[in-house]
Amino acid sequence: MNYFEDVAIGEVMALGGHTFTAEEIKAFALRFDPQPFHTDEAAAKESHFGALCASGWHTSVVWMRLMVEYRRRLSEAARARGEPVAAIGPALGFRDLKWHKPVYVNDTISYQSEVVDKRPSRSRPRLGLVSIRSSGVNQHGELVLSFVSTTFLERRPEVP
Amino acid sequence: MSKLHWEDFQPGHVAVYGPRRVTREEIIAFAAEFDPQPMHMDEAAGGATLLGGLGASGWHTCSLLMRMVADGFLLDAASEGSPGIDDLRWLAPLRPNTEIRVRAIALERRVSKSKPERGFVKFRFDVIDQQDKVIASLTCSQMLKRRESGAPA
Repeated sequence: MNYFEDVAIGEVMALGGHTFTAEEIKAFALRFDPQPFHTDEAAAKESHFGALCASGWHTSVVWMRLMVEYRRRLSEAARARGEPVAAIGPALGFRDLKWHKPVYVNDTISYQSEVVDKRPSRSRPRLGLVSIRSSGVNQHGELVLSFVSTTFLERRPEVP
Repeated sequence: MSKLHWEDFQPGHVAVYGPRRVTREEIIAFAAEFDPQPMHMDEAAGGATLLGGLGASGWHTCSLLMRMVADGFLLDAASEGSPGIDDLRWLAPLRPNTEIRVRAIALERRVSKSKPERGFVKFRFDVIDQQDKVIASLTCSQMLKRRESGAPA
């Protein structure tokens, strides 16, 4: 994984896609967001959504899962080359999270993240802060999710 | 039973939902499924980070907040979902065996311009622990049906 100094504003990370099945939409919703339009096909049909759709938190946490897997692939490649791996996280939070459109059963969402800002941490000199804008697009090319999050990233250690 | 509608949420109203005890097992299970970073799955790995020990995925905190808001009032309301979250901050780690509550504050409300039968209520939700320390805080808009649906205001 690159250090703070290696991160370039504008850099895009393609994280891959995920298909949301009815089973997992309902399983997530029954645990965390049991509103009828996320748990029951008939109730969803009667709602303004018109059909069963995923909880917005579900479509958001799948981004996290794909980002963790993306970083893991980069880290493993770096270790294989004998390079050090910078520590990342935790995140401070996010802003402007928008669920633009519902994610319906069997929609495939492709996720990506783009670096939009970076700055050294004032309080923690060994760390920087990196902001990324993340998005999810469905199989019709429609934006369904976007947000901007900020996380700590280790700075390159100074060589004594 | 009459559901809660947009008119029932007065700006300034504060409510507290919960408590709910969050176990080590559920923290690790959520992380394994959705956020498998070592700091959310292992005490020693968490101790090596700014979390200073095992801490729940921030997305787990959000998901628990959602469930507590649903059980607290949203399942009894004419909810039409939410367009998103304006701002969320993870302010302190969520540790195993913490008993969390959700403090909901209705900030403001407005009628939808495009759909006058719908209104928006802006809420601040804080996830707080036993000592009232804020673990996470977010502001978001919730869409609700208006009681006078379709009728002139």
